[in-house]
Amino acid sequence: MKKIMACAMILTLSLSLMACGGNGDNSSQANSSKQENSSKQEESSQETSGQETSSTTAKITGTATGSGSTSVEPIIQQLKDEFEAKNPGTTIEYEGNSSGSGITAANENVSMFGCASRELKEEEKAFGMTVETFAYDGIAAIVHPDNTVSDISMEDLKKIYTGEVTNWKELGGNDAPIVVVSRENGSGTKSAFEELVGFEDALVSDATIAEGNGNVQSTVASNPNAIGYVSFTYIDETVKALTVEGVEATDANVKNSTYKISRPFLIFWHEENMNEVAKAFVEFMMSAEGQAIVAEKAIPVTD
Amino acid sequence: MGQQHRNEKIAKIFFLITGLIAVASVLLITFFVFFQGLQPFFPFNKEGRYSFWKFISGLQWKPNDEVAKASYGILYMIVGSLFSTLGAVILAVPIGILTAVYIAELAPRFVVKILQPAVELLSGIPSVLFGVFGLGFIVPIIMKTSPYARGQSLLAVILVLAVMILPIIVSLSVTALQAVPHAYREGSYALGASKIHTIFHLVIPAARSGLLAGIVLGTGRGIGETMAVMMVAGNSGGGIPTSLWQQIRPLTVNIAMEMGYSSGLHQEMLFATAVILFLFIFGINLILTKITAKLGDVDVKF
Repeated sequence: MKKIMACAMILTLSLSLMACGGNGDNSSQANSSKQENSSKQEESSQETSGQETSSTTAKITGTATGSGSTSVEPIIQQLKDEFEAKNPGTTIEYEGNSSGSGITAANENVSMFGCASRELKEEEKAFGMTVETFAYDGIAAIVHPDNTVSDISMEDLKKIYTGEVTNWKELGGNDAPIVVVSRENGSGTKSAFEELVGFEDALVSDATIAEGNGNVQSTVASNPNAIGYVSFTYIDETVKALTVEGVEATDANVKNSTYKISRPFLIFWHEENMNEVAKAFVEFMMSAEGQAIVAEKAIPVTD
Repeated sequence: MGQQHRNEKIAKIFFLITGLIAVASVLLITFFVFFQGLQPFFPFNKEGRYSFWKFISGLQWKPNDEVAKASYGILYMIVGSLFSTLGAVILAVPIGILTAVYIAELAPRFVVKILQPAVELLSGIPSVLFGVFGLGFIVPIIMKTSPYARGQSLLAVILVLAVMILPIIVSLSVTALQAVPHAYREGSYALGASKIHTIFHLVIPAARSGLLAGIVLGTGRGIGETMAVMMVAGNSGGGIPTSLWQQIRPLTVNIAMEMGYSSGLHQEMLFATAVILFLFIFGINLILTKITAKLGDVDVKF
């Protein structure tokens, strides 16, 4: 009996250790922000009457919460800083986890709005949320700066990621094996990349899977034979972005739709979950001023 | 008198409640994980059904919204988890026990004063830092010699895990060795045995159960480790590792990496992975506790 108890205790211990590494703090954060939501909503509903028509000029205070794609996070951060500076007394809380959890969170009112870096799936559209595209993003195929290959076709990209082409010399590069780097299942960037390049569910099985854009970037930056893909926002001097069929990976080329690997950034919400702050934030996001901020990190929808 | 009696009773109930918290946690976690994780294998599951055999013997992990197109095989992850933990234990146990012998029996005082805090510090380092160390230091070195031109591999996982479980083994072993009564050693010396002979033929056997406890906890940590391993394992989507250079995807990493993104059957399959992990940790602890108990009973022999 003693032994069984000892076993059980070791078990709990190891399980609780595992749980610490996981999403433990996420959920507690979500809970606390939920509580905050409801209290703030009560507050703001007392002072809302008559504000509807002139929400841009009227003074608003409170907290709006959002969650979703990590690709969107740098943009939201910039928008948030500007918005909070313009509207003292307001706070925007954005929790970056994934497109999927952003959709769930917005649908279940864990956060007021959600952001995704991919089109909604059919079953997600059925939630009946208001959806707006506020930016476009390009996905760049990146290699180590020392790699002699600098252009790639969509077809070759597909061949690399399905394991048909395994050596750089087949693409005019050095005689060296290609180290394929991809993202974890469920990542918005992954599904966008697979869909756009056209190899859904055919990823070569010995691909290295890195968690998050940042890890892909650092994996590629540290391996001369690696190829990976990241959001444009993660291109820097440590990696080299390939041109795709002669078209450079630039915002302008995504907007004029010559660059082939691109995707939309969405924001969505249920009207009844939005407080004044959240509404004003979305309005700000779509305004000329907000889009100018978007333009610093991604491709704005308005010219 | 009555007052004292009541206080006594209240205290007892309080202790009972605190004791029950641990038991309740085990039961709740077990129930929760098994309830979520076993659903996909029943025919009436609303998210879709998946064959348990295919799950446990499959060599590919490829989630898909359409159940017919998805494959959720975890055999290669089980193998990866076992190989990496086994490798780490094989590396860390001799080093750890010998370090402990040195600290407890041989080292001069000033060396112990440096060595022991260093080991304790090592055990306090958060696992993500071990991952960063592995990614920045171990992986690039392996990359230079690997036939696959990359450093993320079974070998990298083994090395990182070995460093991680080393302090557990060392500190528990030191305690076990120090607990061996001094009279044993004196008796041995009196019979003319040398110091080294005494250590290997008397002190280590006498401390056996404590040393094994260290190995059990080290194994548990190894198989349950997630964050550090995720950064150096490569986390491939399929294939049983046949060499040290190949990538693995441990069971823990599979759960941690995809839980945030998953929904529907995919999420339930992650819970099913947790069920297997759960059984593994339970099984390993059971086996090792049995061994510990058995070896612990044996009398010391010269």
